[in-house]
Amino acid sequence: MREKFTFLDTAGVPLDRRNVDTDAIIPARYLKTIKRTGLEEGLFFAWRYDADGRERPDFPLNRPSYRGGRVLVAGENFGCGSSREHAVWALMDFGFRAVIAPSFSDIFHNNCLKNGMLPVTLPAADVQSLIDALLAAPGCRVEVDLPGQTVKGPKGDVHRFSIDPFAKTCLLEGLDEIALTMKSAPEIDRYERERKAATPWLFRDIPG
Amino acid sequence: MGTMFAKIWDRHVVTRRGGDVLLYIDRQLVHEVTSPQAFEGLRLAGRPVRRPGAILAVPDHNVPTTPDRAERIDDRESREQIEALRKNALGAGVTLIDITDPRQGIVHIIGPEAGLVLPGITIVCGDSHTGTLGAFGAIAFGIGTSEVEHVLAAQSLWQKMPRQMRVTVTGALRPLVTPKDVILSVIARIGASGGTGYAIEFAGETVRRMSMEGRMTMCNMTIEAGARFGLISPDEITFAYLKGRPLAPPPGMWEAAVADWKTLPSDPDAKWDREVALDASALEPHVTWGTSPQDALPVGGAVPDPAAQADPGEKDRMRRALEYMGLVPGTRLTDIPVDKVFIGSCTNARIEDLRAAAAVAKGRKVAPGVTALVVPGSGLVKKQAEEEGLDRVFLDAGFQWRLPGCSMCLGMNPDKLKAGERCASTSNRNFEGRQGPGGRTHLMSPPMAAAAAVTGRIADVREVAR
Repeated sequence: MREKFTFLDTAGVPLDRRNVDTDAIIPARYLKTIKRTGLEEGLFFAWRYDADGRERPDFPLNRPSYRGGRVLVAGENFGCGSSREHAVWALMDFGFRAVIAPSFSDIFHNNCLKNGMLPVTLPAADVQSLIDALLAAPGCRVEVDLPGQTVKGPKGDVHRFSIDPFAKTCLLEGLDEIALTMKSAPEIDRYERERKAATPWLFRDIPG
Repeated sequence: MGTMFAKIWDRHVVTRRGGDVLLYIDRQLVHEVTSPQAFEGLRLAGRPVRRPGAILAVPDHNVPTTPDRAERIDDRESREQIEALRKNALGAGVTLIDITDPRQGIVHIIGPEAGLVLPGITIVCGDSHTGTLGAFGAIAFGIGTSEVEHVLAAQSLWQKMPRQMRVTVTGALRPLVTPKDVILSVIARIGASGGTGYAIEFAGETVRRMSMEGRMTMCNMTIEAGARFGLISPDEITFAYLKGRPLAPPPGMWEAAVADWKTLPSDPDAKWDREVALDASALEPHVTWGTSPQDALPVGGAVPDPAAQADPGEKDRMRRALEYMGLVPGTRLTDIPVDKVFIGSCTNARIEDLRAAAAVAKGRKVAPGVTALVVPGSGLVKKQAEEEGLDRVFLDAGFQWRLPGCSMCLGMNPDKLKAGERCASTSNRNFEGRQGPGGRTHLMSPPMAAAAAVTGRIADVREVAR
């Protein structure tokens, strides 16, 4: 069962960069875990820490006024690159529950929804105005209302976002998608029988 | 009438839910990095693997490429991850190609070698470079670990039909210009997110003339333009590659399979949401200067100046990239020295890639101070290369000849860049820290990487090989 998502009222954390890739979100050396947790240390590692392991004071995640913020606001093509779900797990371990950006990579977007993390796509100009507001007044709040499908910025500006209705239901209720799919097992059985008859060469087991 | 993607898609619809379809997945590849949490999830929920015979497991990301790797892997976490894959495969009855198996290699390279990837199928892997396999005329895509678990449990995935883009490439490639240069120029043209939400079919006479190896290089990097899917319609080159492979349709089924595959190509009147045309007849070898694969330029070019960029967000991104790369605007690309050279990865570690690199290395020497690695993509590629004497060519020239694996593509095994080191690499990503923290990556083709190795700088292979 995933964490449910309904409403967030939290400090917004600006990350004014585009093409933030999943190697930047969580470097590969942190992918050696066989667990889904304990990844917060690696989040944005190279941007959070210098070569000597000291926090870089200017990086937003290190600034006291942004600490505890649960919404990340970033530039276009967020989460591009690798399929590593660890990127979402690391963001969630750190405390984030939503990312707002003008666009997301397809795989990262999927991975968010599977874990109860809300990816909010807003027009680039709206995102930039949110980032500018958060940079101008660190610590100011952003509200994310999933049932109403709105984001409210620090100046009271309201932005509507769209989301797939099924994804929305899964987020609101924290549903286990595999359990839902298992209800379709008879259809999968039937499909498999037909496919086996039509393309028997696809049903030879892989030799060891 | 439809695109090839739509035809394959329609054949795999199990059921529908609103705008989503439950897509049947014919085959799944798993590696050690993105699968342990998926198997763990199944165990916690008490669910079995639905079709173990449809899955192939192989360790590749963590494996060292040195000869003693079967006896010792120094990194405890790497060892544990590989051990977890063994246990999970054994427990589920999934075939594992282990480190000591002569077929072991990079997951996207060994799948085709086994004949596992066939036209018209759906195939997934918890790895974004799975699009590589679309080169056979298949729907092949990378997924996250939750989706890996879903496919293990249900042999299917809920998906939305992506938009359809066709990239048509025409013109004969000049000598020493490769499919890698074509795909780098496509990514530079449409941008790192230009393909987001799309499946991209590569078409045109240039693609038709490419070998399966070259087609796989093209589809491999589709994700660097944001598209999860890259695909190429099957033809006689595809069929010739597949015939006789272990999992190809056996005699008796072969004719029926080929007849079916011939119905797959997109219809002439198929509707495309976006079309891109590229004349490759004047294409030059390409090299990246920045930290996104879209930062590719012809090798004759110079490092661009962010000041000339009007868009403030892009200006800022370029400035950051140049700072990370330690480069100054206006520097000629061929004046950039390199410390390391990596010839390998799921992009460019097939036999044709090694032949092309060896042809440049032959009779030359790796420049003083440069460390150059050649890492075959699989045990079978390695064996074939050795039969052709390519290992001797590389070793005589001062390259290292390694065992198969992902190696220096991604900084998960001992093959890594040190901070500040600059690498000419045939891999797919030049992201910050991708090849090791602080490492600097310049993407290019195998012959271009070999030229960089023997000159000690980024070089135009056409001048080096003259």
